[in-house]
Amino acid sequence: MATEAKTKHDQKFLEGVYKEMMLYRRFEEKVNLAYQKGKFAGFLHLHIGQEALCVGVQRSLLPNDYVISGYRSHTQAIAKGIDPKAVMAELFGKKVGACGGKGGSMHMFSKELRFLGGHGIVGGQCPLAAGVGFAIRYNKTDDVIVCYLGDAATNQGQFFEAMNMAATWELPVLYIIENNRYGMGTDIRRTTSVDKLAKRALAFDMDHSEVDGMDFLKVHEHVSGIVAKMRKKQKPHLLEAMTYRYRGHSVSDPQTYRTKEEVAEYQKRDPIIGLGELIKKNKFATDEELKAWDRQIRDDLQAMEDYADASPKPPIEDAYKHVYAD
Amino acid sequence: MAQLQIREALGQAMAEEMRRDPTVFLMGEEVAQYDGAYKVSKGLLKEFGPKRVWDSPISEGGFAGLGVGAAMVGLRPIIEMMTWNFGIQAFDQIVNHAAKMYYMSAGQFNIPMVFRGPNGAAHMLGAQHSQSYEAMLTNVPGLKVISIATPYDAKGLLKSAIRDNNPIIFMESEMMYSMKGEVPDEEYLIPIGVGDIKRPGKDVTIIGWNKMLHVALEAAEKLAEEGIDAEVIDPRTLQPLDEPMIFGSVRKTHRLVIVDESWDFASVSAQISDRVQKECFDDLDAPVARVSTDFVHYPYAEDLEHAVMPSVEKVIKAVKEVMYL
Repeated sequence: MATEAKTKHDQKFLEGVYKEMMLYRRFEEKVNLAYQKGKFAGFLHLHIGQEALCVGVQRSLLPNDYVISGYRSHTQAIAKGIDPKAVMAELFGKKVGACGGKGGSMHMFSKELRFLGGHGIVGGQCPLAAGVGFAIRYNKTDDVIVCYLGDAATNQGQFFEAMNMAATWELPVLYIIENNRYGMGTDIRRTTSVDKLAKRALAFDMDHSEVDGMDFLKVHEHVSGIVAKMRKKQKPHLLEAMTYRYRGHSVSDPQTYRTKEEVAEYQKRDPIIGLGELIKKNKFATDEELKAWDRQIRDDLQAMEDYADASPKPPIEDAYKHVYAD
Repeated sequence: MAQLQIREALGQAMAEEMRRDPTVFLMGEEVAQYDGAYKVSKGLLKEFGPKRVWDSPISEGGFAGLGVGAAMVGLRPIIEMMTWNFGIQAFDQIVNHAAKMYYMSAGQFNIPMVFRGPNGAAHMLGAQHSQSYEAMLTNVPGLKVISIATPYDAKGLLKSAIRDNNPIIFMESEMMYSMKGEVPDEEYLIPIGVGDIKRPGKDVTIIGWNKMLHVALEAAEKLAEEGIDAEVIDPRTLQPLDEPMIFGSVRKTHRLVIVDESWDFASVSAQISDRVQKECFDDLDAPVARVSTDFVHYPYAEDLEHAVMPSVEKVIKAVKEVMYL
């Protein structure tokens, strides 16, 4: 990635991006370890390897824009502004978690920050996003909504139904396929008739494109362009971001469906290392400074884990709250 | 007081709520230009325009989900299912998304919306257009389930449903849309979760809702000719159920027959029976009797269809059983 030697971005911007991506990498590593230590259970879907996309997309949006996602969404929730401490505590099933310990890994929400979940049914978020796009048009604002979905979600009927409505009614929804090549343990090519998932948009006469999801700068530039266009003229877009998850589908995945060499090949194009190289080439920071940033992030995460550990569990009566709204 | 058909009462309820609250919109198959497959939404497009009355594609999961998403960010969608048989396509959105959103988000995102449409058998529509879904949908926390049987109840409950801050399942019937009844000219609301005694009586309680209320009432009239005074109750809301009203009636009559168009296994009538045997054990003079659709799919041929569904005759027979006559 990031082969260009010179950058138009300044030191502060790239430092922020680097630190943010590193935070997400280390966050996922940290919760993976905590999971293995038995600090919490359930499913844990890690986003390691896909950080450039998350940060690149979020930095193309305004605070009022909406984001909705699937079940691999801890880092997207943090990117949208949810305190990583609250995401960590939610994983630990604590009262101070983002959803009071009632959502868990797959269900992070923030009404205030317009992060609309964390959804666990593959493709189920696609019509929800169309509904948010519908409401944006209804209320005549220029917000947009980003809807993340996995490659395999493009084979769900709800995806097609949502795309059709979004295209027909020109809803400002940016559907982003995070193509990490595997739907759980199944190579997407074994279950899908098209070679490029963005081509699904052709069936709906919808704008579509592809981007290298392993490169922050490419994602940021590309998505900023789409969003700017969408704000001027409301209509949906299907973006296929080529990316890769270094870890299994969830933490209990033995990964027999792919080779170690394949994983290593993608790790050579690691988005964080690539951005680090660019930062060094531009003399924005030295190797030592990069390492110091990383150390600081690790320390911060340890403090978050300690906080999550020390925080009280939700009281049993919380199980009976929020079934019905008043 | 006006005499209205149920379809007109429902249409009035939507029109009044759309005038009152600009966030209310209607979406469904044929609801706009066609004026509704059963003319429930007649005139709404004309009054409110295409921004608020939307013809959907035939994508029940898709447009139900669109409604849920819109409800997450402040709109109040009414999603019409042409029949609840098609609504099954949207069960993922109704059960996994609408019903659970408020809970999963710990109270951040409530879903103020109504899913409405006809439920149960019409007449000779065959197996895939004749099913009753109240057993499935009352089984899900987070949903409220309303099933109406008169124009008065239809209007008052639909207005309450539209104003409620939760996802509401609203069940109507193709066979009842033309049924007429008195509806007040002035505005009124009927609270969700409150049943109604449709015919007071002292000898036996018969519970029925939706089309089955009318089967129960007809049976009660025939029983009256034989000197049996039946009390007929319409719960009107099935989730939450008006248990105090049911228990009160059973404590008075000591005998209960439930008429339920669903299959009897794990049904609303099974639930009511369980609650009554638990709470009114000493008040009962006979085991609770249930009249349900036989455990087969709906056949097409008229005689076969009639044979498998609850009927006035079956209800009378059940009443006589619980009265040991």
